[in-house]
Amino acid sequence: MKKKGWKEIPIGGLIDKGGTAAEYKTGDWRTFRPVRDEKKCIHCLLCWMYCPDSSILVKDKKMTGFDYEHCKGCGICASICPVKCIKMDKE
Amino acid sequence: MNKVVALTGDQAAAEAMRQIEPDVVAAYPITPQTEIVMNFAQYVADGRVQTEMIPVESEHSAMSACVGAAASGARTMTATSANGLALMWEIVYIAASTRLPIVMPVVNRALSGPINIHCDHSDTMGARDSGWLQVYCENNQEVYENVIMAVKIAEHKDILLPVMVCQDGFITSHAVEGVKPYEDKRVKDFVGEYRIQHSLLDVDRPVTYGPLDLQDYYFEHKRQQAEAVKNSLKVIPHIFAEFKKHFGVEYDFIETYKMDDADIAIIALSSTAGTAKVVVDELRAEGKKAGLLRPRFFRPFPKEMLVQALKGLKAVAIMDRSESFSGRGGPLFAEMRSALLDEADRPLTVNYIYGLGGRDIDTKQIKSVYTDLEKIAAENKVKHLINYLGVRGEK
Ligand code: SF4
Ligand code: SF4
Repeated sequence: MKKKGWKEIPIGGLIDKGGTAAEYKTGDWRTFRPVRDEKKCIHCLLCWMYCPDSSILVKDKKMTGFDYEHCKGCGICASICPVKCIKMDKE
Repeated sequence: MNKVVALTGDQAAAEAMRQIEPDVVAAYPITPQTEIVMNFAQYVADGRVQTEMIPVESEHSAMSACVGAAASGARTMTATSANGLALMWEIVYIAASTRLPIVMPVVNRALSGPINIHCDHSDTMGARDSGWLQVYCENNQEVYENVIMAVKIAEHKDILLPVMVCQDGFITSHAVEGVKPYEDKRVKDFVGEYRIQHSLLDVDRPVTYGPLDLQDYYFEHKRQQAEAVKNSLKVIPHIFAEFKKHFGVEYDFIETYKMDDADIAIIALSSTAGTAKVVVDELRAEGKKAGLLRPRFFRPFPKEMLVQALKGLKAVAIMDRSESFSGRGGPLFAEMRSALLDEADRPLTVNYIYGLGGRDIDTKQIKSVYTDLEKIAAENKVKHLINYLGVRGEK
C-alpha cells in the first residue's frame, strides 16, 4: 500500500471508516507459520473460534486455510486443534 | 443592556461556562481553580444547566473523560491548575493530538515543589509544547470573554484544537472585579451548536479514535498538528471579527499600550500587564517614552504581530513568570528572542524572571525594570541578560 502524505489523511489519527484492518497487512510480523494437514482436518472450526486475528478462512462451513496476510503465527490454532493437524513451521 | 456585576475571575469563568452550557464537564477541584468547578457544579445541581457533570477521582480521569466525551461529539469543558494539570499530562497531549476541541480554563499556579498554591506560569508554560492553544487573560472580563471565544476557536473546522484559557491564580481568580456578562441568549447564539464530523458513538458510520500510530504515520499526524496551530493564526482573526460583530468588543492576539512612539517597553503576560500599565502612565507623565506589549496568545505564537509592535524600539524587557532552567531565560524570552533574530533592526532584549510562587510584583519593581531599560537604551548595551526580579540575595 502506498503511504499517504499528511495532507491526504484524516486528522488526529482518526480512522474514518470501519473494516480497514483488512487493508493493513500484518502477516510479516510472523515467525512461525501454521500449516494444516488437510486430510486429517475434521472441520470442527475450533481454530476459527479461537484465532485472535480472524485469520482462519472458512467456506461453506469448511476450514479452507489461513489468511497469511494477517496471521501472526501465535500458534493458538495449532494448540487448540483436537486432531493436531496444524503444525507451526519456521518462516 | 447588560449590567456590571461583581465577579471573581473564577466566577467569571464559571459564568461563561453556565452560559455556554457544554454537554459534558468532567473536572476535579484544585486550588485556586476550585471555585470554577464549585460554582459550575452548583449550576448543575440547581438545574440551571443541562450539562452532564462528571465528578471524577483525579485530573487524569478528568481529562480522560473529556477525551471520550469530545470524541463522541459532546461540547466538553474542564478546568484545572498546576499539579492538577501535571496529573493530566499524558491525556493533555492525547486530547491535542486527537484534535479534540476541549476548552479548559487554567488558573495559573506554581507547580510543586516545594509545594505552593500561588500564581506563576510554570504549569501552563510546561504545557506549551502539548499542542493546546493558550490564551492569557489580564482581568476578569477577559477571562469571561475568552472562555466564550475559546469554544468557537477550538471547534472551528479549520482549527480543531483544545484551548487553555489562563488567568493568574488568586490575583485574578480570587479578586472581585466589575464584569459585564452578556445575556444568556446572546452567548448561546454566538457559540451556536457544535456538530462533530465523526462521532465515536455513530454506529452507522463507525470510526476509530486513538489507534496505534507507529513509524509509518505518527510523523504525518504531528505535521498536521503543526500546520493547524500555524493556520490558527489566520483563522482566529475571523472569530475576533465575529465576536466584535456580536458583542461590540475588539480582540486581537496582542495588546499594545502606548507603543506607537515608545523607545522602551515591557512585554508581559496576564495580570502583570495591568500593573505595568500604571507604571507606563506614570512614566509618560514624566515625558518618558515607555510602552507595554502584552501577548494574549502564546499559542499560536503571534510572531509577526509581536515583531511589528517592537519596530523602532531601543530596548525591551521580557518578563517571565516561570523558569525554564535553560540558563537562557524564561520561555517567553526564548521565543521573543528567536522571533526577533530575523530582524536587522531589532531592540536590545533583556529577561526578568519574577513572581515565582506568587511573589508580589508591584509598580516599584516594574518601574525599576523601566529604569534599567533607559540605561540599556542609553548605553546601547545589556549588562545582565537574565535577571531575577524580587528574589532576595541578588546583587
Ligand atoms: S497462528 Fe494464530 S493468528 Fe495464525 S491462524 Fe493460528 S491462531 Fe490465527
Ligand atoms: S481445529 Fe483442526 S480440525 Fe478443527 S477445523 Fe481447525 S484445523 Fe480442522
